[in-house]
Amino acid sequence: MSNSEELERALARYVGAEIGPPAVGPDLVNAPMVRHWCEILGDANPVYTDPDVAARSVHGGLVAPPTMLQVWTMAGVALAGGGGPAADLQQELHALLSEHGYTSVVATNCEQVYDRYLRPDDRVTATTVIEAISPEKTTGLGTGRFIDTRTTYRDAKGERVAWMTFRVLKFKPAQPAQAASPAAAPAKPRRLRPLRSHDNDWWWQGVARGDLLIQRCAECGTLRHPPRPMCGACQSLRWDSVAASGRGVVYSHVVMHHPPIPGYGFPLAVALVELEEGTRIVSNVVGCAPDAVRIGMPVQLEMQDVDEELRLPLFRPVSGAAEEAR
Amino acid sequence: MTRTLRDAAAIAGIGQTEFSKSSGRSELQLACEAVKSALDDAGLSPRDVDGMTTFTLDTTDEIEVARAVGIGDLRFFSRTPHGGGAAIGVMHQAAMAVATGSAEVVVVYRALNGRSGQRYSQGVASDVVTSDLIHWSWYLPYGLLTPASWVAMFTQRYLHETGTTSEDLARVAISTRRHAVNNPNAFFHGRPLTMDEHQSSRMIVAPLHLYDCCQETDGGCACIVTTPERARDLRRGGVLIRAVAQAAGAEQEVMTSFYRPSLTRVPEMEVVAKQVYAMSGLGPRDLDAAVIYDAFTPIVLWQLEAFGLCKWGEAKDFVRDGGLDLGGRLPANTHGGQLSEAYIHGMNGVNEGVRLVRGTSLNQPARNDHVLVTAGVGVPTSAMILGKM
Ligand SMILES: [Zn+2]
Repeated sequence: MSNSEELERALARYVGAEIGPPAVGPDLVNAPMVRHWCEILGDANPVYTDPDVAARSVHGGLVAPPTMLQVWTMAGVALAGGGGPAADLQQELHALLSEHGYTSVVATNCEQVYDRYLRPDDRVTATTVIEAISPEKTTGLGTGRFIDTRTTYRDAKGERVAWMTFRVLKFKPAQPAQAASPAAAPAKPRRLRPLRSHDNDWWWQGVARGDLLIQRCAECGTLRHPPRPMCGACQSLRWDSVAASGRGVVYSHVVMHHPPIPGYGFPLAVALVELEEGTRIVSNVVGCAPDAVRIGMPVQLEMQDVDEELRLPLFRPVSGAAEEAR
Repeated sequence: MTRTLRDAAAIAGIGQTEFSKSSGRSELQLACEAVKSALDDAGLSPRDVDGMTTFTLDTTDEIEVARAVGIGDLRFFSRTPHGGGAAIGVMHQAAMAVATGSAEVVVVYRALNGRSGQRYSQGVASDVVTSDLIHWSWYLPYGLLTPASWVAMFTQRYLHETGTTSEDLARVAISTRRHAVNNPNAFFHGRPLTMDEHQSSRMIVAPLHLYDCCQETDGGCACIVTTPERARDLRRGGVLIRAVAQAAGAEQEVMTSFYRPSLTRVPEMEVVAKQVYAMSGLGPRDLDAAVIYDAFTPIVLWQLEAFGLCKWGEAKDFVRDGGLDLGGRLPANTHGGQLSEAYIHGMNGVNEGVRLVRGTSLNQPARNDHVLVTAGVGVPTSAMILGKM
């Protein structure tokens, strides 16, 4: 029998097995732990922490955040300790895979479904079953096997309160790359570059010189932004440009939080600025907190070299505007 | 005599895959499964099909699907651009094809691994060089490059001008979620949404919270469009397309029409509304239910106004009155919408529109003579009114 067949056979014994006796929560669901958790995660929902608000809510009293589920039966410091003999079947399985070269582990998926909110004084018990062990798969991290577990959480009466599926990849790490020389260090992420073409290159050249240009029809004088080759008002192909004064007001704005995009500082204030000449332009507002930007706020152009190669026309609240908006 | 598409085509079958976060199979396979299930629903064989249409964004070629499913000779195929704006654009293409005799049985499909594959929420990438990258170049350097960010820019101004609040946006999400609770195919099946949960959900792009945004889904949907005469003889009969239209507005950009005098109207949707009402001879009062494209909550409000269901700025009152709920003025997104069922680029909404007219929605309103189905907002777009044969 080959080594791999032997391993397959050994792994098959774990599928469908409970990893050990139910894990009983060391503490009842309780207000102090809920409060610490809410503070750390910045969850300000008062139904978790304010008994008066909670009493008036649909819950009729304090409840625990559903996503706190794992906390109640977590092994805590013992889990981080590692070493020692395997305490349950799951650890035994991991040890077996490590022996066969799958030495690394990474969590890849977790899904939780809640039957009801937990309340103070609930006693939570968790039972975990190994549901599946995948054949060998090759991923970006290395070659390994996915292990799926399902944990069922019950209250003191044995009624299910939630369940959770958890998937980890136990894998042989891919060969580490050649020790990177300083020159090969990954470049610091930068803002995405604008693509230049015949129709916009002149505008970016203006920015490079420090000018915010607005395209102007040479026949009828209509200003237009973003630039385009023909005047929509008179169909003339002749155009020139004027330099904007740089004064404008915020017409609308957003604050970008998620997903974070490398190369930009998040949270990021993006505004649609109406220039005093009448055209609008999308840009960033700098020089104030992102959430201090307001519609109607007067702003002033500020040319900024955001990195060695890219200069952008950004806007800054005129002095006092940010404070007034508060 | 003026020819129009009024009552010129019918939907004879609908099909879909399961909706998930990780389909574990190719977009081609999802498309094939959805198409086969729509053909089965109609009681047609692949050899009956002679036309196909989908989105330009779909990664799967018509002929790939045709070969795999065993569809024979094709006489018509086309693609509709501009993301979710194409949702009813494809129905428009199919209706035109059968109305002109260019084809008799047209398969409409859309399949995507929207969560496990390319995710739209991750925004525009500069390494995909397309003809419209010059357009995106006005936004890329400033970081305004996700769908949520573009919609948020319009939303901020809309809230400012109309006094609509984030709670009003939440009302759209909560109403839609209530429908998903009854739908086993919905991601949020059995999971209602509260105002607290909405308001405390994290900001994606202020002023849009997490629950103002639709999901990302793996899945496929398809439907079969044919002539009313052919549909009449088929297994399920037909759901009549009373009117269908497309429009792009003046000064239109893809998602960033920031340079129009007003940011708080959707001119292209107003053009679509005018067309479908004129074509069908119906008006806002005649609509019994709707599937309103809901990639984000605020766009539902803007469409209520564009379709004349309320005056400009008053959509907030419409939702405060429970207007979108079962028993409300216009029961909407009875499948759970894209916010709570699945995001299949509006095509799961087409299927729900058909179910509403058939009377088989899991949240079936009492009246169902005329059902509005709309497509994406912020892009060149489309809509249709469905009715009984
Ligand atoms: Zn001109």
